[in-house]
Amino acid sequence: MSSSTYVQLVDLSKHFGKVRALDGLNLEIAQGELVALLGPSGCGKTTALRALAGLQELDRGQLIVDGKDVTFQNANKRGMGMVFQAYSLFPHMTARENVEYGLKLRAHKTASDKRKARSAELLELVGLSTHANHFPHQLSGGQQQRVALARALAISPKVLLLDEPLSALDAKVRTQLREEIRRIQMELGTTTLFVTHDQEEALSIADRVGVMRNGQLEQIAAPAELYDRPKTAFVAEFVGLTNPIAGKVSSSSIEVLGSVLKTLPGSVTSGNGIALVRPESIDVVASKSGNATVTSASFLGASCRLTISMTDGTRITAQLPSSDSAGIGAGALVQVSLLDMPVFVKAAG
Amino acid sequence: MTQLQYKGTGSANGRTGSRYWRGKSAYLGVVPFLLVSGLFLLYPTWNVASGAFQDKHGKFSTSVLKEVFNSKVARHAFANSLEISAKTAIAGAILGGLFAWALVNGKPGGYFYRVAVALSSVLAQFGGVMLTFAFLATFGFNGLVANIALKVAPHSFLADSSWLYGKFGISVLYTFFQIPLMVLVFLPTLENLKPQWREASDALGGKAHEYWVRIGIPILTPSFAGAALLLFVNSFSAYATAATLINLSDFLTPLEIATALTSETGGANPAEAKSLSFFMVVVVIIAMTFYALLRKRVSRWEQRR
Amino acid sequence: MIIGFVGTYLIVPLYSMYDFSTKPFGFQDKGRTFRAWKIIPGQPDLIAAISRSLITAAIVMALILFLIVPTAIWVHLKLPALRRPFELLCLLPLAIPAIVIVVGIAPLYRWISIHLTESPITLSGVYSMLILPYTYRSLSAALDAVDIHTLAEAARTLGADTRRVIFGIIMPTIKTGIVNGSFIAIALVLGEYTISNILNYKTFQVVIAQIGRTNGNVAVAVSLASILFVLVLLLLIPTKKRRSAVLDVDLV
Repeated sequence: MSSSTYVQLVDLSKHFGKVRALDGLNLEIAQGELVALLGPSGCGKTTALRALAGLQELDRGQLIVDGKDVTFQNANKRGMGMVFQAYSLFPHMTARENVEYGLKLRAHKTASDKRKARSAELLELVGLSTHANHFPHQLSGGQQQRVALARALAISPKVLLLDEPLSALDAKVRTQLREEIRRIQMELGTTTLFVTHDQEEALSIADRVGVMRNGQLEQIAAPAELYDRPKTAFVAEFVGLTNPIAGKVSSSSIEVLGSVLKTLPGSVTSGNGIALVRPESIDVVASKSGNATVTSASFLGASCRLTISMTDGTRITAQLPSSDSAGIGAGALVQVSLLDMPVFVKAAG
Repeated sequence: MTQLQYKGTGSANGRTGSRYWRGKSAYLGVVPFLLVSGLFLLYPTWNVASGAFQDKHGKFSTSVLKEVFNSKVARHAFANSLEISAKTAIAGAILGGLFAWALVNGKPGGYFYRVAVALSSVLAQFGGVMLTFAFLATFGFNGLVANIALKVAPHSFLADSSWLYGKFGISVLYTFFQIPLMVLVFLPTLENLKPQWREASDALGGKAHEYWVRIGIPILTPSFAGAALLLFVNSFSAYATAATLINLSDFLTPLEIATALTSETGGANPAEAKSLSFFMVVVVIIAMTFYALLRKRVSRWEQRR
Repeated sequence: MIIGFVGTYLIVPLYSMYDFSTKPFGFQDKGRTFRAWKIIPGQPDLIAAISRSLITAAIVMALILFLIVPTAIWVHLKLPALRRPFELLCLLPLAIPAIVIVVGIAPLYRWISIHLTESPITLSGVYSMLILPYTYRSLSAALDAVDIHTLAEAARTLGADTRRVIFGIIMPTIKTGIVNGSFIAIALVLGEYTISNILNYKTFQVVIAQIGRTNGNVAVAVSLASILFVLVLLLLIPTKKRRSAVLDVDLV
């Protein structure tokens, strides 16, 4: 156990009827770290979060925060701040009153003017000082979530829990707000658990991302490592785009599209396999004697995405910097080869 | 990552031990309510239901039920109740429906509208006693209309106010009571009759009466019928108005029940009261079941505001 | 046109009430007089009855705020399995006319008045059951409109205990529903006659009827006065709130 481990989820199990929401989940979060739990709906990520908050009972397992076992502690005593997906602001209170609510409950510790100062401070932090006296229905979705964040942070929580806080917002607001959440979290150094099904979200702000499936953690690692070195086919395919290309495997390498690539640990070790190749690991060069034809090209600004059809019918998607793909449009003949990057290979068929 | 030692915490399926009971403790929250409702609602209901099946000495028997069922007096009262309830329900539904319709066609936010709705709610819930006096003041002895009638048409029935105390009189009185209730219950339905439907029908080439026959009336009918049922139950259960007006104890079923319960001349027969009540409840439950079915159908169509 | 007809139908009796109540009665008066009205405050029974009715209404309000609403919230929040049975229980009074309930409650009432006290307790208890269908309907609509689960969880993670969640967070959120439900309840309590008459408990309506047997003018005057009073009160409530309070009679 590393010395800065702050939160531990030990062997969590919970089933609803026949469905196993959590199946022996183990997770550690270091102090000040932002861990994102990523996965498709039903994978158990929200269940884990709610269990940590005390809103969900477990069949088995243990929850340890700051060295203390809180498994059986009541939700209202755990001192965690939680931001829900939507509709969590108290509608009959202003933004300021919402933020002060947690402090008001601890009235014996916080005098009224201290509360005011603290709520002002937090509303300033989330950029809503001017809206302090507005009611939730007068605020936009993004603003409401900011207030919710301020409210959760007001009590200086041991752990900050975010349950898909951005899922109900528009795309633009989402990107903006996630940056802010990350900024605030780093500034305050709050240990945070962030649940989402949007992998871009998870990868962009987390210190580590845990990919979950069927109640278990498939892999937990820093975003870059998760992307470049997935440990299972599921992780490889869930995080980022992949091109499944068939090839022949022998021990720790695979022959695919004329190149021999190393396979990542966890790949199949013999027979026919399917390499999961990232779009940016594909090299495309215009060539009259090429082995493929471009079927469509999408200009994305800094990069360009090309859909390519190989001579044997395989379709792949490649991504190049725009400067390298100049002149390559639909119908162009190209030569496709793979960069020398290790690749994950799953079983064929 | 080192493995952590931990104590076994609960069983594998969580169905035994302290964890199970913690989940069930939430049920304690309804206990106070159950006590109160048990005392003031369930106990009386049970009392009536079981009492109907007892004889004078408390033993199980259907003798009193049979007696009441066969009693000419009880049947007479019951028939009266049913007849009056049905008539006033229909009359009230039609008149009230028309009135509601007139209201909706006027200005929905207008002054008259508001007053009418407010007045309806007052009259509908406030009661039998006052309504009776209103009518007495109008049609009864020395009442306004009665006096006018005396001068203008001294031989018409209006001049002699004894008609109030007969079947017709009570029906008119009850109808006065039913109209506001109908307005209150039916108005939301009329308001939900979207003008777009009428417009769509017109745009598709339909004429006014076609709209009504094919669209308007079929949509309104279940609600209308439901409202009428409600009026029926309301009239059937009414006691206050009749009691204030007349002293005959066996004209209507509710009156009969009251007499059976409280008669001071030694005729008090709780079992009889309970049996009568039992039959009343049966009628009401049947009506309410139909009402519930109609409402289910309507709520599938109506999109609530 | 129809309005005219029905309007007349409704207005005429009201006017006649006014007229009747101002008629001369007794042998001393000639011509119109407001004597009947003036006597109203002097009727001792009446004042006592009004206060009794008001006290009963107050007890019922307390029962609503501290028993019915919290229970409804509790069921919606924590016991979803019980929701349907609870709803049915709340609708039961619709199927049991007041006259029938009084038949069933009579022995209990006797017992309580003999052994405990002749106070409005039993009556309030019964009334609180009678209003259940209407009050619960308002509450239920309000509880469904708001995501009370998320609100309750948010409050709990911030440190609120159950009592605070119910009374401090959820109840203010469903305020309109509570107000609507209470309004209908109070109207019912003040207008109730059947049960109080048979149990011989002198509430407002009972006394009016009583007066009516001896002095018609005064009875009519009182009735008219109360109708007008409530009407004015009702018109004072701003339109939006009133409309939902008044039109919410739809039951199932």
